[in-house]
Amino acid sequence: METISLRRMAKNQRGTITAVRVAGDLGRRIRDMGLVTGTVITVQGRAPLNDPVALRIRGNTLTLRNNEADFIEVEVEN
Amino acid sequence: MNKLTMALAGNPNAGKTTLFNALTGARQHVGNYPGVTVERKEGAYQRGDFNAVVVDLPGTYSLTAYSEEEVVARDFLANEKPAVVINIVDAANLERNLYLTCQLLELKIPLVVALNMMDVASDRGMEIDVENLSAFLGVPVLPIVARSGKGLDELMAAAQEMAEGRLSPPDPAKVRISYGDDVDQALLTMTRLIRDQGLLKGKYPSRWIAVKIIENDEALIKEVNEDSLELGIRLLQEADIVAAHLMKTFDTYPEAVIADHRYGFIKGILKRGIITHRYDENRLYTSDKIDRVLTNRFAGPLIMLAVLYSIYQITFSFSTLPVAGVEAVFGWIGGLVEANLGDGPLKSMLVSGVIGGVGGVLGFVPLIMLMFFCIAILEDSGYLARVAFMMDRVFRMFGLHGSSVMAFIVSGGIAGGCAVPGVMATRTLRSPKERMATLLTVPFMNCGAKVPILALLIGAFFAQHQAFYMFGFTILSWIVALVAAKLLRLTVLRGEPTPFVMELPPYRFPTFNGLMIHTWERTWQYIKKAGTVILAISILLWAMMTYPGLSPEKEAVFVQERDRIATLYEVGNETGDKLLQEVDNQQEGAVLRNSFAGRIGVGMEKVTWLSGFEWRTNIALLGGFAAKEVIISTLGTAYSMGETDPEDAGSLGDRLAADSAWSPLVAMSALIFMLFYAPCFVTVVCIAREAGSWNWAFFSIIYSTTIAFILSTGVYQVGRILGF
Ligand SMILES: Nc1nc2c(ncn2[C@@H]2O[C@H](COP(=O)(O)OP(=O)(O)OP(=O)(O)O)[C@@H](O)[C@H]2O)c(=O)[nH]1
Ligand SMILES: [Mg+2]
Repeated sequence: METISLRRMAKNQRGTITAVRVAGDLGRRIRDMGLVTGTVITVQGRAPLNDPVALRIRGNTLTLRNNEADFIEVEVEN
Repeated sequence: MNKLTMALAGNPNAGKTTLFNALTGARQHVGNYPGVTVERKEGAYQRGDFNAVVVDLPGTYSLTAYSEEEVVARDFLANEKPAVVINIVDAANLERNLYLTCQLLELKIPLVVALNMMDVASDRGMEIDVENLSAFLGVPVLPIVARSGKGLDELMAAAQEMAEGRLSPPDPAKVRISYGDDVDQALLTMTRLIRDQGLLKGKYPSRWIAVKIIENDEALIKEVNEDSLELGIRLLQEADIVAAHLMKTFDTYPEAVIADHRYGFIKGILKRGIITHRYDENRLYTSDKIDRVLTNRFAGPLIMLAVLYSIYQITFSFSTLPVAGVEAVFGWIGGLVEANLGDGPLKSMLVSGVIGGVGGVLGFVPLIMLMFFCIAILEDSGYLARVAFMMDRVFRMFGLHGSSVMAFIVSGGIAGGCAVPGVMATRTLRSPKERMATLLTVPFMNCGAKVPILALLIGAFFAQHQAFYMFGFTILSWIVALVAAKLLRLTVLRGEPTPFVMELPPYRFPTFNGLMIHTWERTWQYIKKAGTVILAISILLWAMMTYPGLSPEKEAVFVQERDRIATLYEVGNETGDKLLQEVDNQQEGAVLRNSFAGRIGVGMEKVTWLSGFEWRTNIALLGGFAAKEVIISTLGTAYSMGETDPEDAGSLGDRLAADSAWSPLVAMSALIFMLFYAPCFVTVVCIAREAGSWNWAFFSIIYSTTIAFILSTGVYQVGRILGF
């Protein structure tokens, strides 16, 4: 087990969110969309220029940019 | 009797508008991407002898509003106190959707939950225990399929009962969400303060206010301070204490704690056997499999290009015949008028002004319809959201947003669109600055009206490399638009990029009805504009190019010339007819030069000589401001060709190629100017409406004309130095 930032996750890698370190509008948006501590996510893929990233979360797809993903810490299995 | 209000609230893309249309028979816009509805819409609903007003609200993920249209939803719920709120919940995305439901429950408004998309859920092998969910939430929960109308009766029966007060609103004791010891403690203190002083009484429940203050909801805090600044400060102090404590002990924010607990509450409910998955929960759904290909890093962009290109292909190849048909009809009407009316101003106005102007625009209706139909398919299937996803990075480099892409494509990004719907498509953009930047640059695209201009001038001057030039000008328009956007974002529209946290909805089969509504709705707007604005401008332009006419002495010169030819040749002699035609053309030219428009054109030469344009071109450019289609018909008139059909401009091309005022260099400079100068009048009106002020519309005219002038002058002058 190891904690990394969401940006560094590889395609098809799975992990559990351990922290969302951002307040204000962006933080609220991220959390409203369901990215909260304890949520299991899988990286579904990245856009052609490597950004944004598409996540599978609870059977649905969410996308966000790398600089937004930086605020999200994920625990992944090695 | 005062009608009861029923509000439809829920997450974006949950199916609110679909339900609204089903209930009221309205034909509001439905699309498979989040954020289609941006303003509230009302409709009448009747069920037996029960009458109500149904209000469709923009989607919102949370009651702490994030973007402008979310504020609309929240304000409506808080201020207008609907008799019942029908919370539309996407059954296939239950956990996320219930997040808003939790907040609605805390708001203690009369609530009925409509569990929509039950068909999708069961396709995915999910079974939902509706009765137990209802018991845990303490409100009625009714399964529906809004698209087919299944379950609507039961839903509306429950909603009516709730609206008439025969069912009790949510029981606060039942749904009190615990936010952890620290927050709960603070909430207790704050709630007591709020209740004792009657802060915002009757508007919001006390505990809800306390929660929002701890969540740092700016809009609500402002409202609180307006009611009682003293208490507001006191409450914020309490909130700061918990915030500091949480940061110290748990290294986290209060709003994070609250969100975590809300999701915890939902998970707690769902865990108790509410959802059963028939298949493996992590199985890829059809939609995910499609995405593996369509948004693949390598295949994705290629497929996107192919899709966009085929739209272009389809619209142009399938619309050639109908467009010719419509034009034939106008030609026939024109012929009738020509034959049956005596010569005079009325006839001239009808033929050149009304039929020529409006007919030219209406001729494009079949093309526009087909294009909108193709775009509707992209929109309803969910592909559009993927295009935004793939293009976001590129657009962000230029200060735009992934969601700007569609506006560009609608406006003619692949050549052959229209900036009017393009400008309207910018509504999906959340940030006002990014939206303005998109709004101001989409008119640079090659809309359907610019395509014939390109075809004409490229055909006349660069005939050997037509495809190459066509492609080159398309690329050029993208470059100019993106660079202009970047410049705007660095100057008048400076600001941070906005987040791109967006959901990609599952692919869905578009419904026939939905496609028809989209296509017709947009086409009708286009037709309406042709019948109003374009009609008025065509008549105005006709008048400006006709009056004040020639002085009697000058007129006499032409009459003499005709008489002279008549004496030389018999009636019906070919050479004689040709010469007579030539005299008519010359007379038209003289009338034009002496007309108001002609004088303006000559006056403009003082500036436009820099770009190489002479007065007749200037008139066409003036006309093109009304509608770009007018450029060709005006050039036709101005270069003594009489009536010129915009579609069949070959002979006009020959004329221009032979005219001493034109050269390949002038054509190049003129093309650049025509592609980039002021958006047409209809677009400008739309920009004013969408931007909310005429200042931006004027700005748009001035800055794009400036860019066009600088570019064309640069090309012309450098070209001359290089000896072209
Ligand atoms: N399969 C299925 N699709 C549905 C159902 N209800 C709506 N849809 C589709 O879901 C998509 C979104 O529907 P809308 O009615 O536009 O959603 P909305 O909640 O108004 O969305 P916003 O205006 O963006 O907030 C459309 O593609 C609909 O055709 C349903 O019951 N089943
Ligand atoms: Mg809607």
